[in-house]
Amino acid sequence: MGLLTLQNQTEDDDFALNACIENARNVTHILKAVHFKDTATVFATENGLKVTVEDSKCIQGNAFIQDQVFQEYSIRDEALTFQINLDILLECLNIFGSNNSTTTMRMMYNGYGTPLVLMLEEDGAVTDCSIRTMEAEETLDFEFTAANVVNKIIMKADCLREAFNEMDASSEVLQITMSPDPPHFRLATFGLLGQSHQDIPKNSDMVEYFECNETLTNRYRLNLLKPSVKAVNLACKVCVRVDHRGFLSLQHMIKNENGQICFVEYYCCPDEEFDEPAT
Amino acid sequence: MRFRAKVVNIDCIHHFTNVVNTISKLLKKCSIRLTKEKMFFILPDQVANGGVSMWCELKQANFFDEYRMDGVNEYELNEIYLEIVAENLCRAIKSANNAKSLKIKLTKKQVPCLTVEIELPSLSSTARIVTHDIPVSVIPSSLWGEYQEPEMPDFHVSLCLPPLKTVKHIVERLKNLSSYLTLSGNQEGDFALKVETELVSATTRFSDLEIPPYDPDGDSQAPSKLWPPSEMASARIDVKKLLQFLAGQQINPYKVICNIVDQSAVHFFLVHDDISLQYFIPVVAV
Repeated sequence: MGLLTLQNQTEDDDFALNACIENARNVTHILKAVHFKDTATVFATENGLKVTVEDSKCIQGNAFIQDQVFQEYSIRDEALTFQINLDILLECLNIFGSNNSTTTMRMMYNGYGTPLVLMLEEDGAVTDCSIRTMEAEETLDFEFTAANVVNKIIMKADCLREAFNEMDASSEVLQITMSPDPPHFRLATFGLLGQSHQDIPKNSDMVEYFECNETLTNRYRLNLLKPSVKAVNLACKVCVRVDHRGFLSLQHMIKNENGQICFVEYYCCPDEEFDEPAT
Repeated sequence: MRFRAKVVNIDCIHHFTNVVNTISKLLKKCSIRLTKEKMFFILPDQVANGGVSMWCELKQANFFDEYRMDGVNEYELNEIYLEIVAENLCRAIKSANNAKSLKIKLTKKQVPCLTVEIELPSLSSTARIVTHDIPVSVIPSSLWGEYQEPEMPDFHVSLCLPPLKTVKHIVERLKNLSSYLTLSGNQEGDFALKVETELVSATTRFSDLEIPPYDPDGDSQAPSKLWPPSEMASARIDVKKLLQFLAGQQINPYKVICNIVDQSAVHFFLVHDDISLQYFIPVVAV
């Protein structure tokens, strides 16, 4: 019933982007995984939506919501790009927010300079939101290509989640070692109370795929990597990749309530070594 | 002046605790008015309160097994007015969760106090009693005039709110978007909550809400006849004050009536068997 009522209201309008989903939580869920900054850039193509969030020009989170996730998805132009306040978008999506019933959502956008219109319905109550969009700025290109990947491990998210939870938060950096020889995969921190490291050997049950060609050790700012914990918490599997420059890519496989799989990807650049020793 | 009341029934104790909790969530200081028949919790309409006012009354016979009071004098001023910090009273009766009895009396220590005596169940023959003395100030009869029941405003629209839990959740979200909210409704059962800021405008609409029956003989008042039924009356209010009311209430009323005076105030009326609670929120100008 929900979908129908929302449909009738929009029949006559022809929007540049028009998407409808029976369970708005499937969208909310994925967006939460990249919610570490207020401003997000949305790219819409015929394949779906990509939502990009960046911080300090060093880390980028991308959430992909493919068109199949929506019950209805149509786009007039080839590609649409706009910036939006993610905080507000999530508040609006979550406006009914009860866990027992589902919110139906229709999302409409009519091109440059127009607001993003959301229509949400739950139990006969309807919410209309109109969120101002902003001009899209260029997003970072990490030039991370599969051909340059040196080491790659796919593992269950559980073990990475635990590793992140137990990590020493007083450390400024996280050192990731990936190697064909033991310890295979090592997360090390250097905190106020000393060093600690966690190893995951390649024959562990948690590791599903292991392909390491070289021993690479790189440091990443822990506070930059922290937002990716949000994605790890929702994911079922994580693919960790490092390229020859030490750039890190974390791909999170997230299952939504309909059993569909969505991806959230994080790129992070390594911490440059300076003369003074890192603490 | 004397006052003494006792509750034995545990359900009544819980019920009373809920009422006091609700009130302490709404306001810091409140006035208690005691009459032979009823107990009132009052927040008079004062500028210091930001224009919010509250009026809650309960029939003493529905709560108390014993209730004795003598007012200032027996004839025309047979009432007591006290001012109390609501949270103190709330904290004092918190331990009455599984009490055998709850006694409240007006006592004179160094200052006038409301003494709360809670008898707790004990395994031995000696009773376990918790006593709290809550300082109160007695309001002289010359000031009683300020504490009269607020007059029902001439509202334009009156309707029953959707389930409070739903409304509360929505208002909580809207609070994160803006600090002011526009509440509007019409006499055909349409109701809307709206926020508008530079970045976003969001409107939640409910329709086909129940219209409270109007009883020409009773206390209830009819909405203004001059107002067309399909016309929306609206009021822009402080979200925090609305949320305080929605989040704090523990009375579980079976109906919440919302009366809107266009561009002037919102009046909520919690309807319950033994209690009636009224809450006024004035509009905030743009």
